[in-house]
Amino acid sequence: MTATGILRVVKPGLLSTVQDLGRWGHQASGVPVAGPMDLCSHRLANHLAGNAPDAATIEVTLIGPEVVVDAETVLAVCGADFDLTCDGDMVATGTSFRVSRGQTLKFGRRRSGARAYLAVAGGGVLVPPVLGSRSTHLVSHMGGLHGRALAGGDVLPVTPRASAAPARARGVTLPSGGRARVRVTPGPQGDWFGDDAWRALTSTSFRVSPRSNRMGYRLEGPPLPRARAEEAISEPVGMGAIQVPSAGEPILLMADRQTAGGYPKIGQVISADLCLAAQLAPGDFIEFARCTEREAVAALIARERELMAQMAPVREGRGTA
Amino acid sequence: MMIVEFDQVIDPVINQRAIELSGRLRDRVLPGVRDVVPGYCSVGVHFDPLRTDLPRLEAAIESDARVAASVMVTELTRVHDIPVAYGGANGPDLEAVAEACGCRTADVIERHAARIYRVYMLGFVPGFAYLGSVDPRIAVPRHRVPRERVPAGSVGIAGEQTGVYPIETPGGWQLIGRTSTLMFDPDRQPASLLAAGEGVRFVPQ
Repeated sequence: MTATGILRVVKPGLLSTVQDLGRWGHQASGVPVAGPMDLCSHRLANHLAGNAPDAATIEVTLIGPEVVVDAETVLAVCGADFDLTCDGDMVATGTSFRVSRGQTLKFGRRRSGARAYLAVAGGGVLVPPVLGSRSTHLVSHMGGLHGRALAGGDVLPVTPRASAAPARARGVTLPSGGRARVRVTPGPQGDWFGDDAWRALTSTSFRVSPRSNRMGYRLEGPPLPRARAEEAISEPVGMGAIQVPSAGEPILLMADRQTAGGYPKIGQVISADLCLAAQLAPGDFIEFARCTEREAVAALIARERELMAQMAPVREGRGTA
Repeated sequence: MMIVEFDQVIDPVINQRAIELSGRLRDRVLPGVRDVVPGYCSVGVHFDPLRTDLPRLEAAIESDARVAASVMVTELTRVHDIPVAYGGANGPDLEAVAEACGCRTADVIERHAARIYRVYMLGFVPGFAYLGSVDPRIAVPRHRVPRERVPAGSVGIAGEQTGVYPIETPGGWQLIGRTSTLMFDPDRQPASLLAAGEGVRFVPQ
């Protein structure tokens, strides 16, 4: 796809990055996956804009950006609940809306959630793919725009399209009162931890430390004592794993995680609940409830049905995933 | 993600089994499987649960793991020579390593360059290979407080592991030298110079 227009970043916000579905297939070479923290909202935003799910969106964090598109186009924003204005007029998140050439879309006050996804109709943000993906990985400076977060004055290639059908989605469940409860299955080293650690994990609210980022959330709370003293040998890890270093805070691995880790993993946040976890901000609280693998699969199917239901009525007959 | 564990030891034969299983699973190109990643003694299988026939994947893993478990020998698929400028600004920890090991810096260099190392796995950042095993006489522990910035190309030791930092990152390994070899280039095919199961020989410049 060739870019025919540009999206100009007037103000970048706190941390805005280009993300598609992630850089899969290269982890054996140590290449992290990256991709959206909240995959559900990324998919919904693309759907509303009439894009395929793998189109690149802009993930905005806590404080959103100010952007201008140089042509009439449809945009959509999903995820965290921000006040949004287009040249001063309120627009709603969870809808697709048209902007005219040169109008400014501005993210204002954030009411709940942490991350929102801005989709541009016509195929999304068309930065050059690196190893098959446009996702930004900040630590390895890969993908996105020059491997970094967006800055004021940046210009992103897009192919504006003004013809997407107006659409609306209810959006994802956001943390309520800065608190989210997610389900976990035992991790590969789940049995390295005794009942006391599991009780601490599942009966306490952990605070998401200010030292959290796209790689992972550091969790402030009671210690999770190990029943075994030895160190684990480094092994492949995935998003949602809860690593427990021998000293220091447990870490919930998120989108920019490394491909492998050497700390024992007590648990794994189930796929169905990762989008909710992604909407936590530093200072928010996370609680863990233990569940079985079977329940995890059932929860994922239920979540997918719920997402499909939000996407189905407006675009019949289109693939959604 | 599913993790398949072999005996939890760092050992060339066990590592070869993990690489063998990983290669076999990847070659099957099973629907829903997004990435197959070998570790020291385990394999991570990343899959989309909504698009994966789980019983079929489990059967494939069981069958391939049985074949992999019969691997008894290791052979490095190829050996890369990596030129290294040891010491000075290129290896700011070389003298401290020599002191900690009670030998001369020349001995550290000689011992580090004497072995052909096995690439056990990649991780940490793109193209970072965990190489082993280092001569126990120069196996120094990593820094307690990592450096904020380790320059790209730095060659370090951490216990019996050694490796090259492909890009500038924070890092805690003891830096003894530096190479100008490009370890990772996304525009190259393959992007990573090294792959698990290959060999590395460091050549003092």
